[in-house]
Amino acid sequence: MSEPKHAVGIDLGTTHCAVASVEIATSDRDTLVLSGLGIPQVVAPGEVETRPLLPSFLYLPHPSELPPAALTLPWPGHPTDLVVGEAARALGTKVALRLVSSAKSWLCQGSIDRRAPLLPLHTAEDVQKLSPLAATVEYLNHMRNAWDHDHPDAPLAQQLLSIGVPASFDPAARELTAEAARLAGLDQAVLIEEPQAALYSWLGVNGGAWREQVKVGDVILVVDVGGGTSDFSLINVRERDGDLELERIAVGEHILLGGDNMDLALAFYLKSELEANGQKLDNAQLATLTQAARAAKERLLNLPDEQAAPVVLPGRGSKLVGGALKTELKRSDLERVLLEGFFPIVEAAARPASRPRGALTQIGLPYAQDPAITRHLAAFLGRQAGALGNNQQSFVRPTAVLYNGGVFKSELLRERIRGVLDAWLSGAGAEPVRVLPGADLEAAVARGAAYYGWVRSGNGIRIRGGTAMAYYVGIESAMPAVPGLPPQLTALCIAPFGMEEGTAAAMPPAEFGLVVGEPVRFHFFGSSTRREDAAGSVLEHWSDNELTELQDIEVTLAADQQRPGDVVSVQLQAAVTEVGTLQLAAVNIASGLRWKVELDTRDATAG
Amino acid sequence: MQDPGFFTRFMLAFALFFRVLFDAAFAGRALLLRSGSDPDADHHDHQPQPAPAPPAPPQLHEAPAEAALQLLGLLQREGRLMDFLQEDMSAYTDAQVGAAARVVHDQCKRALDSHLQLERIRNEEEGSRVSVPKGFSPSEIRLLGNVSGEPPFSGALTHAGWRVARIELPKLSDGHDVHIIAPAEVEL
Repeated sequence: MSEPKHAVGIDLGTTHCAVASVEIATSDRDTLVLSGLGIPQVVAPGEVETRPLLPSFLYLPHPSELPPAALTLPWPGHPTDLVVGEAARALGTKVALRLVSSAKSWLCQGSIDRRAPLLPLHTAEDVQKLSPLAATVEYLNHMRNAWDHDHPDAPLAQQLLSIGVPASFDPAARELTAEAARLAGLDQAVLIEEPQAALYSWLGVNGGAWREQVKVGDVILVVDVGGGTSDFSLINVRERDGDLELERIAVGEHILLGGDNMDLALAFYLKSELEANGQKLDNAQLATLTQAARAAKERLLNLPDEQAAPVVLPGRGSKLVGGALKTELKRSDLERVLLEGFFPIVEAAARPASRPRGALTQIGLPYAQDPAITRHLAAFLGRQAGALGNNQQSFVRPTAVLYNGGVFKSELLRERIRGVLDAWLSGAGAEPVRVLPGADLEAAVARGAAYYGWVRSGNGIRIRGGTAMAYYVGIESAMPAVPGLPPQLTALCIAPFGMEEGTAAAMPPAEFGLVVGEPVRFHFFGSSTRREDAAGSVLEHWSDNELTELQDIEVTLAADQQRPGDVVSVQLQAAVTEVGTLQLAAVNIASGLRWKVELDTRDATAG
Repeated sequence: MQDPGFFTRFMLAFALFFRVLFDAAFAGRALLLRSGSDPDADHHDHQPQPAPAPPAPPQLHEAPAEAALQLLGLLQREGRLMDFLQEDMSAYTDAQVGAAARVVHDQCKRALDSHLQLERIRNEEEGSRVSVPKGFSPSEIRLLGNVSGEPPFSGALTHAGWRVARIELPKLSDGHDVHIIAPAEVEL
């Protein structure tokens, strides 16, 4: 591999992807040469355009649906049976059953087999379905080809590459993202948490001047509301050897809730308005309603003096005027749906409501049950009360806030978050938060990821942090089973909180007898709050808040070196790879043999 | 006129032989006669002309239709422009037309903005006094009203003009038919 010329960052978003890069040789701290990559994509059958964003949609056309060569791209070897980007999004609004969307949200669903072809979810028999993993590979392939087309002398596979993932992605979802990169021929890719990328982008924008904007003891809250997920992180500013140091001390839970849900909520509100007036919507108009709702929302958010924005759905067919439906979005309704629905003013002690799911829930994305982002934020700060080692407070107190995500282009929403935080802080006798200026709301993840690659090559400041969770396996006790009671479970810590990339945890002494050739499953838990447990610690009791049960992990001792049916004694060891993924192995000390423990497993009887 | 006899024709051929040989203009007319067209269609002067330089053909060229059709297709796709222009407006109230026009305007403008960079030719406010220097470009500035005298001119800016500074249309795949502004849609 020749010496990399660029540090490249990829934002693999739920609704949009972007690519940015830093030229390594010509950049220094104060003159960072950061540029975004234009991504050529099919925008309509037969038409190719270069755009800054690649919509994260994939469309599987019927063999006779499009003219020949309609999916031609500027590079050789592009797929002819599928299309990604703008054309996919546009075609999908009219033929939903051939559209793959939100692959990223599916990638973090442990309830499904993410390598199994299941998207589009509701489709026709003759549609060749894709797995969430395969769809992710297609997006990465497209971006790789776009880069190589633009940089024939510096192919992407030979550059430093960082890919953003939600900070709240579990180990299996991170591993699947890394696997997607490998399948796209980008083996060298490392992962970067998106809120950290947003902060890196801010550091890059500010050059050396960031040191004047924060001080020792600051706790920076990154509020990242993307198209499909909301992600929180806390970053502490410390002093080390006379210089400032940044450490990511906590990340939030995975919240499947983003800007798209807000637009959808507005669309449903407008639909009910139209129907109350006796106007009937057909399916195509329903599809354009979300778009119209978004446009009306943006208009009201950008023009604070207007009290209402017109919403017109043009008629279907070629009768544009005749079939048009008309209503308007009033500011009071926008604020009610958006502010009170997603960003209500709540107490610091508020927690998200969770309603039990109906017995007949259809398989689908488990969107957050409580849409109030402020309640999720309160829960996050409350859960992390001890993140700074202070157990006296009921919630951790941020001193500064950095926004990320296109949702926060709206000053109204930024101010609402700030107002809610300030109310919590003043209630606790603390100073109001400072808003870190100069955030690049939409391009920050790709840019920050590129900056991170540059930092990894030995420049600038690195945010420390390591894994944001400690990990445990569940061990059923040897006590005699009590009828009607589940066996007592204890949790054995195998990976402590804050493991850095490229390190391995100490091996807990606990041994397990595994039968060769038979898959064995373990309960698997994560904790975002237990910072003190070392590998080998055993928990007898814990509260629901402390440990979150993740997807089971599974290991099969292959029969090639052992006789099937033999029982082999193993210990479990955790390591964090340079890529940033968790790796678990079952090790037989006597023979030195190791077996990989799979993070991404699925109960054969489920779903 | 009666056809001439053989002798007359022989003498004529002899005379013409030398005239064709030494009179270029005559030879040119003879050539046209031989190819079947009427040499007098352009001018009815039967007298031989002193060889004039052939007039340069007028320099008009046809604009390629491809980009125009593509732009139309784009405005239809993004903003339903063709549907709007082709619809019979007489059946609708101003409010109906206005509501639809808002959509067309909004989306066509968005489509234009993302494909071409528009500039004003003059940056002054419309209605303000401006001066037009000597050597101004008549394609950029059109003089109206009392057009006389010599530049520099002074006058009121009635229209600030538009110029496309940059246009970038999507690239087309081979075989893409730009004549299809909007495909017919059939719902199955």
